[in-house]
Amino acid sequence: MSESTQTKYEPGQHPSLPPPFKTRGVALWLKENLFSTPTNVVLSLLAIYFLYKVVPGVLEWSLFDAAFTGNDRNECRAQAGGACWAFIGERLQLFTYGFYPEAERWRVNLSFVLLVVCSVGLLWENCPGRKWIIALSVVFPFAAAFLLVGGNGVKLFVALACVAVALALMFRGSSTTFVIVIGAVCAFLAKFIFFGGITLPFTDIHVGGIIDLDDYTFLNLPEVSTDLFGGFMLTLIIGVTGIVFSLPLGILLALGRQSNLPIVKYACVVFIEFIRGVPLITLLFVASTMLSYFLPPGTTFNLLIRVLIMVTLFASAYMAEVVRGGLQAVHKGQTEAADALGLKYWPSMRLIVLPQALKISIPAIVNTFIGLYKDSTLVIVIGLLDPLGIGRASLADTKWNGLTNEVYLFVAIFFFISCYAMARYSLYLENKLHTGHKR
Amino acid sequence: MNDSTNNVSATGRALGESTIQIRNMHKWYGEFHVLRDINLDVKSGERIVVCGPSGSGKSTMIRCINRLEEHQQGDIIVDNVELTNDLKNIEAVRREVGMVFQHFNLFPHLTVLENCTLAPIWVRKQPKAEAEAIAMKYLERVKIPDQALKYPGQLSGGQQQRVAIARSLCMSPKVMLFDEPTSALDPEMIKEVLDVMIELAEEGMTMICVTHEMGFAKTVADRVIFMDEGQIIEENEPDQFFNNPQSERTQLFLSQILAH
Repeated sequence: MSESTQTKYEPGQHPSLPPPFKTRGVALWLKENLFSTPTNVVLSLLAIYFLYKVVPGVLEWSLFDAAFTGNDRNECRAQAGGACWAFIGERLQLFTYGFYPEAERWRVNLSFVLLVVCSVGLLWENCPGRKWIIALSVVFPFAAAFLLVGGNGVKLFVALACVAVALALMFRGSSTTFVIVIGAVCAFLAKFIFFGGITLPFTDIHVGGIIDLDDYTFLNLPEVSTDLFGGFMLTLIIGVTGIVFSLPLGILLALGRQSNLPIVKYACVVFIEFIRGVPLITLLFVASTMLSYFLPPGTTFNLLIRVLIMVTLFASAYMAEVVRGGLQAVHKGQTEAADALGLKYWPSMRLIVLPQALKISIPAIVNTFIGLYKDSTLVIVIGLLDPLGIGRASLADTKWNGLTNEVYLFVAIFFFISCYAMARYSLYLENKLHTGHKR
Repeated sequence: MNDSTNNVSATGRALGESTIQIRNMHKWYGEFHVLRDINLDVKSGERIVVCGPSGSGKSTMIRCINRLEEHQQGDIIVDNVELTNDLKNIEAVRREVGMVFQHFNLFPHLTVLENCTLAPIWVRKQPKAEAEAIAMKYLERVKIPDQALKYPGQLSGGQQQRVAIARSLCMSPKVMLFDEPTSALDPEMIKEVLDVMIELAEEGMTMICVTHEMGFAKTVADRVIFMDEGQIIEENEPDQFFNNPQSERTQLFLSQILAH
């Protein structure tokens, strides 16, 4: 109102003007943001004083006065008074691979490269060759398991091929009976031809086993016991497995909880509430000790697999509640519109409701992922050597006595980088999927 | 059904066979008796406007026609398919009955074009290119082909409602249900939506429209139905309905809405 406009414009004729000149410059920015009110001044000064006291000390200890070489703690101390990173350097292999045999570590590296390729392809929409990478991601879990554990590659390949053929045939059928029959026939044929044949019922006659896959050893990799897995590799195995399987399982549980079918509904409710009501550590103990009481005698069930299952189930219960929140936030009119257009339940969920529900729940979903990823360190209580376990074992070495700070800081930095990356990606995704007011 | 005298509308237009038959239909929400003994017969090509005070059951009634609401007693037969608990029947009816909602209910995560092609592709199994061509045809008819690649959130209310109409038309329905299509719109946008609806009516679409737009009822409707307390109180051609209402309740309603 201070300056009156000189010209009168006809409606619609007023030119678009640039917004009033924003005040710029460091001094003004400081004044507006840090020293605008007395309280603000006091708080800013306190914060600056705090940073002044802390930051130089941390930098001094971790970088300027730190030792990067040396064969034991005393050599470090002789060089500098700060951190002794030589320790971490010496144990880096252990932190990364655990006790995985050195000669076979290329397999871990290869799995990691595949993981990175798959993640980039899945997470980045404009990635070149995305179609192929998505196909690779379907095979990736099996490939990684084979690479890490080893064994007869031909057997795995044939098993996968049988499953693929069976699925391809099953998807041609429309009726449920047809699909089940085809699946059963495929399983029978696979067992008959490749996997040891069939013993006829009520007799000792054994038929089939036409091709013995144990004869084909050209794809064999030496087996590595999962007891030797450890370090960041173990964190990634648990984290990635948990993340990949808990989301779909959580979605199914959330949909099940909203189902009209009482049995499905209450099964989901009981599962979710039970798992959420029990601490993860308890479940891990159940996995490591009690599970063998419930299983038939003689069954061996790899400890790592038991842990993976428990962690996945645990995360999926939380995921289910997160997704349920998202489902409830989707307006009822959306399902009604989908119904009115004649869409059936699954297409309507998959195409209309879930995309919106999941978009709303992205922050909470990633929150659960991050929690799950960090919770993987709990496996230390049942004797698996995650980075913290490796750290603790390393600290027991008399050569490197008392370097606790270095170890835990190092592990903390590793976790921070992974978790921060997830958090950033979730923000990027939220922005990308925001279609409401995009101009 | 082929009796020719049956197939002429109240306003004298030639009509087809009966597409929707509702007989002695009752509906309850828990203990609450919402719809009481509804009887309605809609012929192909007929335009029906349903009006009445809020809470009278108008929306609930038309939502029963495509089973968004379940009725507990009586029969509803749409396009020779009876609505029962059989999912197959419900899906068959929904394929043939389009619906436009008060709050549009467009899918916000899909573009306008994707909104229109989704059901034809997934329900009618049309190839994508064909579905898109048809969608563009209908978007042109509702006069917004240039918005096809935008998201619903970027459009005005009137444009969104026109997209919703186009989305329903893409399924080439035999009947269109309109549930207060203009109630959530600014006055300036009501006309653009009504124009599209009038055009649709002129092309011979069977329509049941819950609305408070009495001007629309006068120009377009073959029959006006007045509901109150879950019952159909009066049913007449628009001329008679507005100028010579039979029941006292209708007279009161009309005097109230036409007063201002």
